[in-house]
Amino acid sequence: MNEQKRELSIREMIQQNKQKKYSQTNVFDKVMPFLLFLSALVSVITTIGIAFTLGFELFKFFERVPVSEFLGKTEWYPMSADPRFGVWALVMGTLQITLIAMAVAIPFGLASAIYLSEYATERARRILKPILEVLAGVPTIVFGFFALSFVTPILKSLIPGLQIYNALSPGIVVGIMIIPMIASISEDAMSAVPRKIREGALGLGATRLEVAVKVVMPAALSGIIASIVLGMSRAIGETMIVTIAGGSQPNFEFNPLNAIQTMTAYIVQIAKGDAGYGTIEYYSIYAVGALLFVFTLLMNVFANWVTRRFREEY
Amino acid sequence: MALPNSEFKNDKNLIDRETVSKRIKMRLQMNEVFKYVFMAGLVFALVVLSTLIYDIVTKGAGWVDLDFLRNFPSRRAERAGLYPALIGTLWLMGLIIPIVFVLGVGAAIYLEEYAPKNRLTSFIEVNISNLAGVPSIVFGLLGLTLFVRAMALGNSVIAGALTLALMSLPIVIVAAQESLRSVKQELRHASLGLGASKWQTTFNVVLPSALPGIITGIILSVSRAIGETAPLIMVGAATFISTTPSGIFSDFTALPIQIYNWTGRPQAEFQNLAAAGIIVLMTVLIAMNSVAIYIRNKYSNRN
Amino acid sequence: MMKQEELKKGDHNVNTTTTEPMTTEMKKDSAYVVNNLNLWYGEDQALIDVNLDIKKNEVTAIIGPSGCGKSTFIKTLNRMVELVPTVRTNGEILYHGRNIFDRGYKVEDLRTSVGMVFQQPNPFPKSVYDNVAYGPRTHGIKNKKVLDEIVERSLRGAAIWDEVKDRLHENAYGLSGGQQQRLCIARTLAIEPDVILMDEPTSALDPISTLKVEELVQELKEKYSIIIVTHNMQQAARVSDKTAFFLNGEVVEFDVTDKIFSNPSDKRTEDYISGRFG
Repeated sequence: MNEQKRELSIREMIQQNKQKKYSQTNVFDKVMPFLLFLSALVSVITTIGIAFTLGFELFKFFERVPVSEFLGKTEWYPMSADPRFGVWALVMGTLQITLIAMAVAIPFGLASAIYLSEYATERARRILKPILEVLAGVPTIVFGFFALSFVTPILKSLIPGLQIYNALSPGIVVGIMIIPMIASISEDAMSAVPRKIREGALGLGATRLEVAVKVVMPAALSGIIASIVLGMSRAIGETMIVTIAGGSQPNFEFNPLNAIQTMTAYIVQIAKGDAGYGTIEYYSIYAVGALLFVFTLLMNVFANWVTRRFREEY
Repeated sequence: MALPNSEFKNDKNLIDRETVSKRIKMRLQMNEVFKYVFMAGLVFALVVLSTLIYDIVTKGAGWVDLDFLRNFPSRRAERAGLYPALIGTLWLMGLIIPIVFVLGVGAAIYLEEYAPKNRLTSFIEVNISNLAGVPSIVFGLLGLTLFVRAMALGNSVIAGALTLALMSLPIVIVAAQESLRSVKQELRHASLGLGASKWQTTFNVVLPSALPGIITGIILSVSRAIGETAPLIMVGAATFISTTPSGIFSDFTALPIQIYNWTGRPQAEFQNLAAAGIIVLMTVLIAMNSVAIYIRNKYSNRN
Repeated sequence: MMKQEELKKGDHNVNTTTTEPMTTEMKKDSAYVVNNLNLWYGEDQALIDVNLDIKKNEVTAIIGPSGCGKSTFIKTLNRMVELVPTVRTNGEILYHGRNIFDRGYKVEDLRTSVGMVFQQPNPFPKSVYDNVAYGPRTHGIKNKKVLDEIVERSLRGAAIWDEVKDRLHENAYGLSGGQQQRLCIARTLAIEPDVILMDEPTSALDPISTLKVEELVQELKEKYSIIIVTHNMQQAARVSDKTAFFLNGEVVEFDVTDKIFSNPSDKRTEDYISGRFG
């Protein structure tokens, strides 16, 4: 750079640059917000895409199978010569898994949450929370393997009537998988209860237990409910554990000792089996998927609504 | 308790100290007992986790060696390996990360920096949090219909990657939003006060400050996506394959698919192979998580 | 074109009712002429009918109790106040003879020639050098030699060169609070503004750092017009040529600083400066 140019005042240089490159800066400032908006729309489009694809194929399914059979009957034999599509047989499988899972996850998850938020020292918390995070990060295929190759044999030695594929073992393991979810969402809700409220009760001579059960839990109730509902939604949508350890026998019968088939496991079975495009089985996975989507969506909407309301309270 | 001049001076019935102190003892005992009951919840999680790790390591550790990493799957357990699955998983990773970075960060910037407070914005936000709870298999159905069939991508790596990317997107967006929100407002003001435009401020000041948090969030959510099996089954990841992908339109398999395949075989050797596969998968995930934690710790004191 | 500009977040709610082109002649020696400025946050009116004529190359202090609108006012001068989405304004602020609320007026241009120093030092989490070079780079100056020169000149201008010249490439967060604030002043100088707005620049600083900033203000007024909001009346008396006293969103009195502090014409000013309230 020669001396003359350096003598230019910065102000003038900026002015000159503005004239030159304003258009470029302007283009970014006009175009980028729009591009960013489009990327934010991707998630909306995804939801629409899910609703549309499921709805579209569902419609084709109902051209072949009456709605009354799908929603009214309890027998599910899609591949027999005289196929039956009573979805309740699959729903029963999912229901058993969900109930068993929640029976495991709610007590252990809430106990963990209470311990972390009310009893644990800061140091203990720093060690214990990562354990839950690791547990939450274990892929479901690993849990599935664990259910089939470890939990089922143990249960079989305890319960003689247990089939190799059953609802009990995957149900328990799905429950274990959900513990971190219930624990962490509930703990967040309980930790958000203001200190003042806790100290008020402790100051009256209440024990920690009483504070936890009578003061903190009621105050954090909406968060706890949300965690349970989200956990249930996870259990309903869980696929690999039940596919591996639950079997493939749709049954409208409440017996956790027998093989079952859940909605998700059915979808996997058909997808794996290369059901030809356009066959009735092919469309049936969309019908089951649509039902699954509606169930889980309603629960998520409910849980998010509850948490949103709860956030406003403090 | 009783005041000297109180009319309750001699009234012992109002608060019976003896009962109270008895009750206090009981209450304190209950408190102590339940402390351990609650702790048991966590201990249970810890025990399960260690049992799971112990079970898998005892079954699979002896099977993990260089040949296992280098070989193709085989009908004979002792010669089987997971090379194509490992490579397939790396391909998925390499494709998912840029997709979720561009779309996820873009969406987060829009929502945090640009979006006006109106109905559409809150609809998008609610939609994102609901989408985060949609089961992965439903994303698989979407991928099957949209990418595999409608866009005719077939059972390709890119179809799998797009499906998993859409699935991870909501979590990435939320993590990126949190990271952007933690950038101090004063920094934005400093830049705007110098005559920088909104985009210049966002790109040159806000984004660099938020980047470590964003990258951590992306790695964590992609590591979850990599462990997913169901969506890949839906988009038709191959269970038996004798080549590795040569491009984004090639057929592929991935670690979870290979593990699932072995899990389904009745022979005990294949159970061991499945466990060995799990060890490899978990190692990949732990490596990714370590990188994320490293980034988080390295930059957490900066802001 | 301009309509889209207006739609950007932060600006879109600003309803600038320019009723008729004001014909007020801009005097040559004025930096800003403020005419009948009103400002609302939602329903609350924060500035009421403000009229001020701020001269070039002078230090104008703005004083008043908390919540009197002084900070709002200074942020209106470079339209930073519009970052609050619910803000509405009317009236006009003439800068170089042009109303800054005019539809065609780019806030980026305004803020390029009107620098601002904030209450809390807010350096970027970058090196000292990159902090100062940020403004010029933003405005398209990429030449390394020119940037080097600007950085040195600006840091000298902010009286901090000697303290940081050996650590130009270290993170600015390593500097003390007072150094950070002077770095922020240097960062502002780097784009050679006409006017520097200072919003309580010493409120977060210790007395020695405060003194250094005050001395700096005195030096800077040779080249720049400075408007400084301060909570500290001694500071206003020490550094400023003119002082405006704000109360409940109104300008109670605006005059030569000596007059304000020795012989205020309004009773309320006298009460305030003698410490009877605020």
